[in-house]
Amino acid sequence: MSAHNEHAAHGGHGDHHDDHDDGAPHATVKGYLTGFILSVILTAIPFWIVMGNVFDKSSTTAFVILAFAAVQIVVHMIYFLHMNAKSEHGWTMLALIFTVVVVVITLSGSLWVMYHMNHNMIPGMMNETHKMP
Amino acid sequence: MSDTTVLSSHGAVSAGQQHPLFHLPGEHHPENGTLLGFWLYLMSDCLVFACLFAVYAVLGRNFAAGPSGADLFDLRLVALNTAFLLFSSITYGFAMIEMQRKRMGATMAWLAITALFGAAFISVELYEFAHLIHEGAVPQRSAFLSSFFALVGTHGLHVTFGLVWLVVLSVQLAKRGFIPENRRRLMCLSMFWHFLDVVWIGVFTFVYLMGVLP
Amino acid sequence: MLDHLDLTKLVFGRLTWEAIPLHEPILLFTFIAVVLGGVAVLGAITYFRVWGTLWRDWITSIDHKKIGIMYIILGLVMLLRGFSDAIMMRAQQAFAFGDNAGFLPPHHYDQIFTAHGVIMIFFVAMPLVTGLMNFVVPLQIGARDVAFPFLNNFSFWMTTFGAGLVMASLFVGEFARTGWLAYPPLSGLEFSPDVGVDYYIWSLQIAGVGTLLSGINLIATIVKMRAPGMSLMRMPVFTWTALCTNILIVAAFPVLTAVLALLSLDRYVGTNFFTNDFGGNAMMYVNLIWIWGHPEVYILILPAFGVFSEVVATFCGKRLFGYASMVYATLVITILSYLVWLHHFFTMGSGASVNSFFGITTMIISIPTGAKIFNWLFTMYKGRIRFELPMMWTIAFMITFVIGGMTGVLLAVPPADFVLHNSLFLIAHFHNVIIGGVLFGLLAGITYWYPKAFGYKLDEFWGKCSFWFWVVGFYFAFMPLYVLGLMGVTRRLSHFEDPSYQIWFQIAAFGAVLIALGIGCFLIQLVVSYVRRDSLRDLSGDPWDGRTLEWSTSSPPPAYNFAFTPRVYDNDAWTYMKKHGYVRPLEGFIPIHMPKNTGAGFIIAGLAAACGFTLIWQMWLPAGLSFVAMLLAVIIHTFNYKRDYHIPTEEVVRTEGARTRLLAGHV
Repeated sequence: MSAHNEHAAHGGHGDHHDDHDDGAPHATVKGYLTGFILSVILTAIPFWIVMGNVFDKSSTTAFVILAFAAVQIVVHMIYFLHMNAKSEHGWTMLALIFTVVVVVITLSGSLWVMYHMNHNMIPGMMNETHKMP
Repeated sequence: MSDTTVLSSHGAVSAGQQHPLFHLPGEHHPENGTLLGFWLYLMSDCLVFACLFAVYAVLGRNFAAGPSGADLFDLRLVALNTAFLLFSSITYGFAMIEMQRKRMGATMAWLAITALFGAAFISVELYEFAHLIHEGAVPQRSAFLSSFFALVGTHGLHVTFGLVWLVVLSVQLAKRGFIPENRRRLMCLSMFWHFLDVVWIGVFTFVYLMGVLP
Repeated sequence: MLDHLDLTKLVFGRLTWEAIPLHEPILLFTFIAVVLGGVAVLGAITYFRVWGTLWRDWITSIDHKKIGIMYIILGLVMLLRGFSDAIMMRAQQAFAFGDNAGFLPPHHYDQIFTAHGVIMIFFVAMPLVTGLMNFVVPLQIGARDVAFPFLNNFSFWMTTFGAGLVMASLFVGEFARTGWLAYPPLSGLEFSPDVGVDYYIWSLQIAGVGTLLSGINLIATIVKMRAPGMSLMRMPVFTWTALCTNILIVAAFPVLTAVLALLSLDRYVGTNFFTNDFGGNAMMYVNLIWIWGHPEVYILILPAFGVFSEVVATFCGKRLFGYASMVYATLVITILSYLVWLHHFFTMGSGASVNSFFGITTMIISIPTGAKIFNWLFTMYKGRIRFELPMMWTIAFMITFVIGGMTGVLLAVPPADFVLHNSLFLIAHFHNVIIGGVLFGLLAGITYWYPKAFGYKLDEFWGKCSFWFWVVGFYFAFMPLYVLGLMGVTRRLSHFEDPSYQIWFQIAAFGAVLIALGIGCFLIQLVVSYVRRDSLRDLSGDPWDGRTLEWSTSSPPPAYNFAFTPRVYDNDAWTYMKKHGYVRPLEGFIPIHMPKNTGAGFIIAGLAAACGFTLIWQMWLPAGLSFVAMLLAVIIHTFNYKRDYHIPTEEVVRTEGARTRLLAGHV
């Protein structure tokens, strides 16, 4: 992954290249519209599930809408943020994966630790069925 | 002594010498790091939001005998706001396409529409906050409300800052056109704007939709 | 009349003349000394007419070398302040037994141990580490500067102004009394209503922004600006550790920013994140701050490991043993550092499953470090070892750090930690690894790269004096603390009843005096080296027979670092070049594209500090104004598109020609 450019000596910079060499992927109307339609669907369904009380159990609802959110985030990443493994020689993807890992650790770690701590240390929380948001 | 033969490819042995060439005879143009750098900043911003989500996850049911999400949230307003932000995402996308086509007028028009949607989002959110406060659901009332205002408010502050940036960048576009520096800035703002929409997906799902569940 | 009162409150907040501690003799004396010293420095600058040079060549410089040097100067100056706090604590604890209350009341003592921790971590270790990475990394990868030179300057001034705020707390108001991590509820509004915790919050928020941007900067630099042929696995190990350190910075500092922001909301707005009532949970602060805090200590140690890798290879005349395993070990440490944080609060009742998980991960993370130690030892094996100062620091590190690491693994066992948590055993452990690891590494690095930065080596005699005082002093100062910890003594106490402790505290105080002498010798070393610089001159640019690209430049390097970007074929690029008949190019120079100096970073950071200060004192009107001014300054800066220039060929020819003559005359 060396970062070299094959420019022989010329006084200016590589900036007179066209957009593709800016490192930005090519956006298309079709791409944005596809992302948009998918996002609308992936937003409308969760709202309908909650506002319409579709499931009996809250936990099922929560699980389903979180899954929809995860899918929609991926849709945004691909169609709006043009996420791909080639951008910046793969560093963009690597940075995203690392961030997601740290976010997951932060969220799940905090929940796990605090749940246990609260249950062990706060009187009166021992017997309640503590609902997680 | 070294000669000044310009090489057509790197790494080749220079004419008349036994050892490889240890330097680039011409100017070295490292790839511009702005887009990667801005992406890295966005990743760090992701972590700020992750913390706020974690705090909301842990404290979000601590109502302190005060109002809960089910008592307070108006999902129709949230749906409207979500629509505003989603539309603003696609209008910014159209602005980027016009930028690629080097059409200044169209770019500026789509940017302006994006700003309008963004401003609409902020207005609705301010209205919502004002209403909550009026009802006594102030940030100081409970840990739930503190976390709510911190998370949603931070997102709103980011959107506001994005709007200020959008205005400034529009002025800079008008002054200097589609120079590479301005194109990079538009791409950075594009990443920022879409990232805020991604965070909003988390917000409306985790805070609002799950917040009204019993 | 009412309006007038409101305006005063709006402008001055809670800042009154009482904020200046005229009634505390120690502070008054310090204040007078600082004022006199400050006047002397300002007077000298005026007398020698160097204000212009200072502004043009240093304050506004975007040159990574100058910024690196300024970071190190900041770190060393703050070391003196942080160490004064340490000496005061040792003195107090050596004598405050039974009827003797010592000379520091708890109100003062609590600020001292808080300031000591905050300063040492944030304003000594971080700047020194950042400074070293800033100076060395672009040179090691064959680049002319970092990816975002202006941002680099801005980051430096944010850190410096953050340090300034902490120093201001000495003379205007007071500092936090909460310990360096400021746990709520103690740090909340109810129990710390005064300005101390606010000083803490804003100085760290400002410095934190600087550090985060610096992290982004160095990652982009290493990813994007390596010389042709320098693949990732051909980078020097110091650059690898710098990359991982900056990844940790970008992934950890946002957490600190968020947590401190929430604490400030609790204090300024009355929210209930970390309060005892209305649903708040103070442990969430502890949880989040350590999610930042543990990666932070790896941010401090990884660059030191990088220094040792460079030093061992150079002074043993051998390629580093196990390069690939060093890289993997660093990467593993980077990732694992996110999985151990709970070991800082085993005692807070998370239960067996949670404690066991984190205890095991903590033990696992010691393994890659062990691999590194073996690699260094194997590098030394059958090498031709030169016991120059950097190598001496390295050997001292290997012994000292291993001891500290082992006590860490001991603490990683939750039942053991139940007894030892927050005892002096813990204090001994982390000073063991921070001084033995980070500080020894920084002193090795400073000694190693000093000739590159300034063109002359450091005086060896005073360096060795400093070394021995430091090493012997460290053991005298901290080994007794292990004993005291095992005897059950808690940390952060300013007075004791049990006289059987006293002898250990006195030995520790003696150790602190030795360290003071070590610091004194280091300062003398700096002065003596400057005076003797002609006899210590580094004329070749390669005083140690180095192995990496920075040693191919002159000492100090020209502003543009390399007249021609190097082409790399192997690890230890400079050794490879020397071995394969490298000849310095003498002609064919071209104009060199460089970034321009700017005052914008200094100004924006200054406005941020003004905003912080006025927020601390609740001077709402000036706070609002300075915030707006800061935003305006940022926006105005973005309208500046003319940020670069070209160094003309003639100047390059002149600079390179001067070096050619120097090299010819020297050989």
